[in-house]
Amino acid sequence: MLNIYIYILIASCFMCFIRAWLGKTIPDRMVAIDILGTLAVGFAAVWALITKQDIYMDIALAWIFLSFLGTLALAKYLSHQSLDE
Amino acid sequence: MSIILLSLFLWVFWILAAGNSDLLTLIVGGVAAIFIGILWGKRLYVNSHKAFDIRRWFWALIFLFIFIWEIIKANFDVAYRVLHPKRPLSPGILYVKSQLKSTWGRVFLANAITLTPGTLTIDIQEDLLYIHCIRIKPNELSVLRNKIVARFDRYLIKIFD
Amino acid sequence: MAWNEWVGLAFIGVGVLFDALGCLGLLRFPDIYNRLQAGTKCVTFGTCGILLGILFHQGITTFGIKALLGIPFLLLTSPVGAHALARGAYKAGIPLWDKSVMDEYTQSESSRAE
Repeated sequence: MLNIYIYILIASCFMCFIRAWLGKTIPDRMVAIDILGTLAVGFAAVWALITKQDIYMDIALAWIFLSFLGTLALAKYLSHQSLDE
Repeated sequence: MSIILLSLFLWVFWILAAGNSDLLTLIVGGVAAIFIGILWGKRLYVNSHKAFDIRRWFWALIFLFIFIWEIIKANFDVAYRVLHPKRPLSPGILYVKSQLKSTWGRVFLANAITLTPGTLTIDIQEDLLYIHCIRIKPNELSVLRNKIVARFDRYLIKIFD
Repeated sequence: MAWNEWVGLAFIGVGVLFDALGCLGLLRFPDIYNRLQAGTKCVTFGTCGILLGILFHQGITTFGIKALLGIPFLLLTSPVGAHALARGAYKAGIPLWDKSVMDEYTQSESSRAE
């Protein structure tokens, strides 16, 4: 059961990669990367359940904040502002 | 006061995330929480009179249930649009006016709007919110404006203002 | 298996399904703002579903509580990220889809890049 979930999540990640590859504009690629970050949280959580090791859960928690910070930095870069505001 | 609140919140978060309650864990977490609380407590615009008002927490609970219901509706809406072969979209950006005064209230309103059916907050200026809407019927604009804000505004006013 | 494990697996399944739908929307929708809509809503809800499912599956243990802690932070951070990206894209001059109905943001002062 859980293995099927993992395969679906991997397929979703590939869809994000395709969007990041096709892109067209730079913000399109950034959106794909942002959503990939949120997907990775779910992936780490399911993986923690499969391997029964709750250290992956810590990774998921940390990843929420890190992907948030990364997205904010990318968005700042997009709007041509300096990073100290 | 907000220093104490922030430190307490961080400490509880630390204990829950650490998952054990050794003396060493508690002390290290406490010291770190107080340090960060002193650094950042002044910058959080928390009014401690409001934070201890039971009625506000009661309204927050009601808001939470409505919020969850709206999120579920939003997702079936988006799923329908994704799976529909013709992609029924007529997007656009419009502005709505909010009655909220407090900063925290506006943050929560913007987040709630982003997670509800077919709307995404793009910018906030004072009381104007610019919203990207996935499906607009140009002859029903004022109804739509009302619908977006009124859903959450009356609860958030009771919670934050 | 106990009932709570079945409920947990069902929640995780719904979450994974919505994750996949969100990514499909990311591929199918025409412009960046619509893609953000599909992506943010569906993927946030899906990941919250997964975390909630883990809470049901594991019960109140360290594992479950960590999953529960993730939910409010995900609900707070994910819309803010989407909002920042949309604003940045608008300021960088990415146009709306050509079938868009209206745009009232152009009148605003802050819509231009600094």
